[in-house]
Amino acid sequence: MSSKLTRSNKAGWLFAMPGFSLLFLFIIVPFFFAFYLSLTNQRLVSPNEAQFVGLENYRNLLSVAVVTLEPETDDAGQIVRDEDGEIEYPRVRTITRSDEFPQYRGMGEWFRWHWGDTAKVVIASDVLFMKALVNTLTFALFIVPLQGGGALLLALLINQKLRGINVFRTVYFMPVVISIVVISLLWRFIYSGNDGLLNNILEVLTLGAFTPIDWLGRTDTALGSIIAMSAWQGMGFHMVIWLAGLQAISPTLYEAAAIEGASKWQTFRYVTWPGLRNTAVLVLIVITMQSFAVFAQVDVMTNGGPLDSTQTLVFQTVERGYGKQDISGGATISVILFLMVLTISAVQGFLTRERK
Amino acid sequence: MASVTSDNRGLRLATRYAVLVLVGFVFLFPLVFMVVSSLKPDQQLLADTSSIRAFLPVGDISLDNYVKAFERAPIGRFMMNSVFVTVVTVGASILLCSLAAFSFVFLEWKGRNILLTVIVATLIIPFETIAVPLLLFVSKLPWIGLDGLEIGWLNTYRVQIIPWMVDALTIFLFVQFFKDLPRELIEAARVEGASWLLIYRKIVMPLSGPVIATAAILKSLTMYNNQYLWPLIVVQDEAHRPVMVGLGYFFQLQIAWGEVMAYLTLISVPVIAFYLVLQRAFISSIASTGVKG
Repeated sequence: MSSKLTRSNKAGWLFAMPGFSLLFLFIIVPFFFAFYLSLTNQRLVSPNEAQFVGLENYRNLLSVAVVTLEPETDDAGQIVRDEDGEIEYPRVRTITRSDEFPQYRGMGEWFRWHWGDTAKVVIASDVLFMKALVNTLTFALFIVPLQGGGALLLALLINQKLRGINVFRTVYFMPVVISIVVISLLWRFIYSGNDGLLNNILEVLTLGAFTPIDWLGRTDTALGSIIAMSAWQGMGFHMVIWLAGLQAISPTLYEAAAIEGASKWQTFRYVTWPGLRNTAVLVLIVITMQSFAVFAQVDVMTNGGPLDSTQTLVFQTVERGYGKQDISGGATISVILFLMVLTISAVQGFLTRERK
Repeated sequence: MASVTSDNRGLRLATRYAVLVLVGFVFLFPLVFMVVSSLKPDQQLLADTSSIRAFLPVGDISLDNYVKAFERAPIGRFMMNSVFVTVVTVGASILLCSLAAFSFVFLEWKGRNILLTVIVATLIIPFETIAVPLLLFVSKLPWIGLDGLEIGWLNTYRVQIIPWMVDALTIFLFVQFFKDLPRELIEAARVEGASWLLIYRKIVMPLSGPVIATAAILKSLTMYNNQYLWPLIVVQDEAHRPVMVGLGYFFQLQIAWGEVMAYLTLISVPVIAFYLVLQRAFISSIASTGVKG
């Protein structure tokens, strides 16, 4: 390989350095800087020097505990019930503010469930972070099959040999070239409660049986609405990736299947799907990574609300690091996010290696 | 009998097209609605959402919303900012990334493999995870300008341009492309005594049209469409604000939806037009990101 003609240390460095130094300065440095900042109490603007605080930021984000609340009893030892017959429990505060349990100090209730007469309460040191974490994972969990599956159906649809099929491909792909900020604003109107386009369309389709919903204003529909819109926007992107996978499958395999008299489903199950394996892994990973990074949709459509039901990790990084100038807090969430991304990459590496 | 089968075939074909059109409507209706609504006064816009008129340019049609939108916000300025930032970044990105890739593929030098490995490793760092430390970093960076030394890059064009000039994906795209170029061509030129710069300029780059197009399209989309989080936190002044962040002007207490739709149409139509003209290149550039894994 090595020849005198192409060996040149000076020219090599000279050509690569401008690009590499920028990449180093603006990606690699901030990346390691994030780890460092997460161990300090750095603020964006502060008269005081930042101090090294060890893992305190991580403890403040990740501490979770389960406490058991015994029902309130009256003097006779009877369980106290309110007017609705529900058992009354002492407030969680009696534990998180008590000197008896210094380890729970400052924690708040995340959620609870009932176990016999007692209530099990999950308390967390940072309930908002926990909600953002769960929402981000929920987002990924639902958008992967919705967007990935939808995109595969589109790719199969567009892979037919029909006159004018390219027109449809162009149309399905169109939302991809429009900014997610524009799309989010547009859908904010489509989703709105009173004159919203979606409500009106559903009313027409159900002949008036449908009662309008304030899609982004309810805690049980807001996140789902954002997921559906995001899936819609990016479907064309993944359609193109699936399509490339589909077209890489050898036509002779299909001919063989036809000769064997395979049904359409059998052809898909035994020829198409195995041929798409690597594409499937790629689509899965890309969608998961993208959903970990969700920010603009939430910022434009709901601002994390209602009642924190659409908070996400990136939204929290920005709200803390920039909004509250708590750089170290934002950096800590960034590091956690990166570790999640790293895990996903490792899964991808594992899935694609297995095949070889 | 023959006519029955041909009827069947016709029916099947019609069903296929019906499905394609129906799905097409799902992807097109918000965009049609956006453009059509930008032409209507607010009251009519809201009233029309309950019928098919929502998608038709009927009734009191005018460009009033556009006029009012321009009065409300310095839209021209925002667009100029976005276009400027996009063009400069795309140009610099192609130059710097192709130079680096050229060096990695055609030259042999100490440290080449390590550097390339490091670059490829940065592919898995999402920008969102470095935004906050980068914010602190750029707020303290020095700069030598016309007025001498200044500290801090906030509220400038350079903060929107320089950190985005080089990325691993673009370098990677060039590396992949250069690997398929015939090496003998370069070696022959070396034998003739051509300098590396000459080979880069006169042999390699003229052959690189397709990868330049791909890189330019991907980078333009990133810079024009997806620059939201970063300018949101590093640009507060109007003079440097890009189009996507400029949307904030349209959110007063009472949202004037007609004006919002006009603004959305204005900032999206140039991209849609580019896409329609260059659709093959757009779609193949997206497909080429698929080889990234």
